[in-house]
Amino acid sequence: MELLYFGDKGWGDELFFATLMTIAVSITAMIIGFIFAALFTPLKLSNNKFLNSIGNAYTTVIRGVPELLVIYLFFFGGSGAIMFVASIFGYNDYIEINAFLTGSFSIGIISGAYSTEVFRGALQSIDKGQFEAAKVLGFNKYIYFFKIILPQMLRLAIPNLSNVWQITLKDTSLISVTGLVEIMRQSYIAAGSTRDPLFFYSFAAVLYLILTFLSMQLLNRLETKYSKGY
Amino acid sequence: MDIELMISSFPKLLNATLITLKLLSVSLILGLFIGLGFAILRMNNNKLINKFAYGYSYIFRGTPLLVQIFIIYFGLGQIEYLRTTFLWVVLKEPYWCAIIAFSLNTGAYTSEILRSAFQTIKPGYLEAGRSLGIPSKIIFTKIQIPIAIKQSLPAYGNEIILMLKGTSLASTVTLMDLTGVAKYIISTTFKPVEVFIVAGGIYLFMTFIIHNVIKYLEKKYGFQT
Repeated sequence: MELLYFGDKGWGDELFFATLMTIAVSITAMIIGFIFAALFTPLKLSNNKFLNSIGNAYTTVIRGVPELLVIYLFFFGGSGAIMFVASIFGYNDYIEINAFLTGSFSIGIISGAYSTEVFRGALQSIDKGQFEAAKVLGFNKYIYFFKIILPQMLRLAIPNLSNVWQITLKDTSLISVTGLVEIMRQSYIAAGSTRDPLFFYSFAAVLYLILTFLSMQLLNRLETKYSKGY
Repeated sequence: MDIELMISSFPKLLNATLITLKLLSVSLILGLFIGLGFAILRMNNNKLINKFAYGYSYIFRGTPLLVQIFIIYFGLGQIEYLRTTFLWVVLKEPYWCAIIAFSLNTGAYTSEILRSAFQTIKPGYLEAGRSLGIPSKIIFTKIQIPIAIKQSLPAYGNEIILMLKGTSLASTVTLMDLTGVAKYIISTTFKPVEVFIVAGGIYLFMTFIIHNVIKYLEKKYGFQT
């Protein structure tokens, strides 16, 4: 237990901040994922064959390739790509991108592919009559989407989105390979310096279990809130 | 685009794919047995046994696979007692540690898939079988198993693909699987995009084949229930 003391003696405070980092990366990745989903869901539902195949390519490739490989692509390729763009504008120095941003972005792209599938499924299972009725009644685009389609879509999407959240939360452990100090990385450091890997990795497992348990409680509450009236 | 690198790295990556496939097939077979065992325990009426099986699947599904591999590979070696038993022969090899972690992980997911498949079988089928005087062993093998296979195929197909992606974590415990070799080539040549295209292409090809095999099996077992 001494190993978990706060301050210089133990690893308690380090692990606490690492847990906050895991939560921060997961939330950022989830939001980036939503942005990707907002871009690609319309493409997947589009009647245009070209746009449709772009949407399909995104979800197929990302869901068919290991997360670790995607992370390596952005970890090793990210700064290269940015330096290439910068060199077009005449900036030739070395640019290093923040580990937090690379991590959240690569996990965000992965989580976005899953979110896209969830939103597509939810939109497709809304009754066609709802779209038609909203159009016939002459609602403007804002009310049509935000007041009529979105609430119905969210109700159907939230149970699956909580699965996506679980996947995203667990995937953040993989960005420890890039050196970002989250739970996994911190446990690795602590295990290395105390030579007690069994304790620290088991503790990391407990931290992840607590995170998944608490977030499930929260999401279940959200689920009941959005299913009101059904 | 460095086409030459893509061509020269292809045989190396293909070689590493063999290790990925070995890891995948061994852990899927072991995981299927573990999953079946725990699914049967989950349907047990004894509350304690039931809770134990639920706890197992909750812990393995609620923590990242990376943590599980690290506990088994780095953690278990720390227990002095284990080093004296025959288990140490297995646990000092990263290959077997990865297999143990993958099998336990996929076993947890498989147990959930099988449990829900068994539970969705309508009681009427079993009652009909019993009232026709069919022995319960035959009811299990000829009625419950085929229906459960049909019910669980789509979910199990997803699990196989998730596990294929999961095997990439073997590279974190020094195994040179497809992702491990890809990372090695990337870090020596600094050409991430080219290597990603080749390695990702191999993964996608495997996913494509798994997807189609499952589709074929779904058709084969696609009788109406």
